[in-house]
Amino acid sequence: MTCLFPTEAPAEVIRIQHLWARYTHENVLEEINLSVKEHDFIGLIGPNGGGKTTLLKVLLGLLPPSQGEISIFGKRVKEGRVFMGYVPQASEFDRAFPIKVWDVVRMGRLGQRQLLHPYNSEDKEIAAESLRQVGMLALRNRPFGELSGGQRQRVYIARALATQPKILLLDEPTASVDPQIRTNIYELLQELNAHLTILMISHDVGAVSSYVKTIGCLNKRLFYHGDRLITPDMLEMAYQCPIDLIAHGVPHRVFPDHIHPETSL
Amino acid sequence: MIELLQFTFMQNALLAGLLASLACGIVGSLVVVNRIVFISGGIAHAAYGGVGLGYFFKFNPTLGAIVFSLVSALGMGMVQRKSQQRADTVIGVLWAIGMAIGIIFVDLTPGYKADLMSYLFGSILTVPTSDLWLMLGLDLLILLLVGLFYKELLAISFDETFATVLNVPADLIYNLLVVLIALTVVMLMRVVGLIMVIALLTIPAAISGQFVQDLKKMMLLASFLGCLFTTTGLCLSYFLNLTSGATIILVSGVVYFFCLVLKRFWLNKRSETLTNEASR
Repeated sequence: MTCLFPTEAPAEVIRIQHLWARYTHENVLEEINLSVKEHDFIGLIGPNGGGKTTLLKVLLGLLPPSQGEISIFGKRVKEGRVFMGYVPQASEFDRAFPIKVWDVVRMGRLGQRQLLHPYNSEDKEIAAESLRQVGMLALRNRPFGELSGGQRQRVYIARALATQPKILLLDEPTASVDPQIRTNIYELLQELNAHLTILMISHDVGAVSSYVKTIGCLNKRLFYHGDRLITPDMLEMAYQCPIDLIAHGVPHRVFPDHIHPETSL
Repeated sequence: MIELLQFTFMQNALLAGLLASLACGIVGSLVVVNRIVFISGGIAHAAYGGVGLGYFFKFNPTLGAIVFSLVSALGMGMVQRKSQQRADTVIGVLWAIGMAIGIIFVDLTPGYKADLMSYLFGSILTVPTSDLWLMLGLDLLILLLVGLFYKELLAISFDETFATVLNVPADLIYNLLVVLIALTVVMLMRVVGLIMVIALLTIPAAISGQFVQDLKKMMLLASFLGCLFTTTGLCLSYFLNLTSGATIILVSGVVYFFCLVLKRFWLNKRSETLTNEASR
C-alpha cells in the first residue's frame, strides 16, 4: 500500500500558475492552477471538450498558453518536458504502419540519442527493461499493428518508460480496452507510481477514482483540492449536470464509500 | 532477349530503371507511410514550371526542374504542417500554378520544342550516360541521408508528437523528407515522366507494405519490385512497340491490384480457418 499521508512535504515537480489557453478566440482553459508533487498519482476527469487534451498539449509544449506559466522541475516547458514520459491514446494509430514493437519502444531513447548518434547497447538494455516492466518483452518482434488495444497501450507505456522519465503523462490510457485489461493497466500504473509521478486524464470517472491517489475535475476551470474524494459540488461544477453522470451509471454518492471504506458514511 | 542488351540505349534504359527504382523504393515507402502521396504529386507537377523556365531562359530544363521541385516541396511541406487553411486545397492550387507557369514559358519560347513531351511522359529510351551518373549520385545522396537520419525519419513518420516532446527537430526532418521527395521526382521524370511519377513512387511501396511489417524491409522490397516493374515494362514496351513509361506504370498497376485481390482472398481464407477452429 502506498503512503497516502506522507509526513514531510514532497517536492513539487510541475507547477501551473494562472494558466489560460485558447484556440482562435474561445478560451478552452481558464485560470488553471495546479501543483503536482513527487509521487502524486493524479487523475483528471471531465467532460469531452472540457479542455483535458488542451491541458496535455500545453504541458507538452505543443500549444503555447495565452497567459500564465508552467514550470516542470523549475524549468520552462521545452526544457522540462524531457522529464515527462508521454503516453498517447492507443487508438490513434495507423494499423498498417510497418513497425515492430521493439522499434516503437526504442523511440523512447531519442531524447538521449541526438541526430547522427545511433542507438547503442545501453539503449537496447533500457528498451528491454522497459518492455519487461510492462510484461511485453516476449512480444518485442511482433508487428505493432497486430497487437490488441491493451497490448499497444502497454507498449506505449514501455516507450514512455524508456525515456527514463520522472513523470508519466497519460492521455486516456484505457480508452480502447475492455474492462479486464483496464484493471491490468491501472494496476501496472499503481506499481509504477512507487517510483514515478503520474498525471493522467480520462473520462472514465468510476475506474479512475478507484486507482488514483487524488482526483480533479476539469471543465475549462480546474477543480482540484489534492484530495482523493470527488465531492458532489466538484462534479456539479465540472460537469454542470450531475444527473447526466448518474445516467451514465456512475452514482456519485458511492464514491466516498468506495474510496474510504473505513470512513463509510 | 539477349540482342536487346546489345543496344547502348537499351542498356542505359535498363540501368536508369534500376537506379530510379532504388530511390523509389526508399523514398516511396516514406511517402506511403506518411500519407503524403498528394504532396508528391504536387511536387512532380510543379516541377514542370522549372522545365518551362529552362526552355525560356536557355538553361538545362532538368536543372530548372530540380530547383522548382525543391522550392515547391518546401512550400507544400510548410503548408501541410503550418497553414490554417485546408492544406490539400492550397497544395492543389500550387500544383496547378507550377504546371501553368511551365506551359506559359514553353509557349513564350520560340522554335521547335523537340523533347518537351519527354518531361511529361518520360524518355527512358533516350537517357544519356551523363544522366545515369547524375542518377547514381542522387541515389547515393538519398541513401546517405536516409541512413544518417533513419531513426528520426521513422520517429516523425510514426508519432510526430512523441518525437517533438523528446525535442527531435521535427520540422528539420520533415523538410529533409520533402527534399528527398523532390530529388526522387526529378529522377523519375526521366523514366516515366512528371505525370506518372506518383505511380512509380507509390505502387512498389504500397505493394511492399502489404507484405512486410518493418520500414527498412518495406524499402528493400519496394526497391526490388521497382526494378522488376521497370525491367518488365521496358521489355514489353520494346516488343509491343508501346510508350515505355506508360507500360511500366501499367505493369505496376496490374500487379498492385492483383496483390490486393490476392491478399483479400488470403485474409478471408485465414479468417475462415480461424472461425472454424474457434467454433470447434
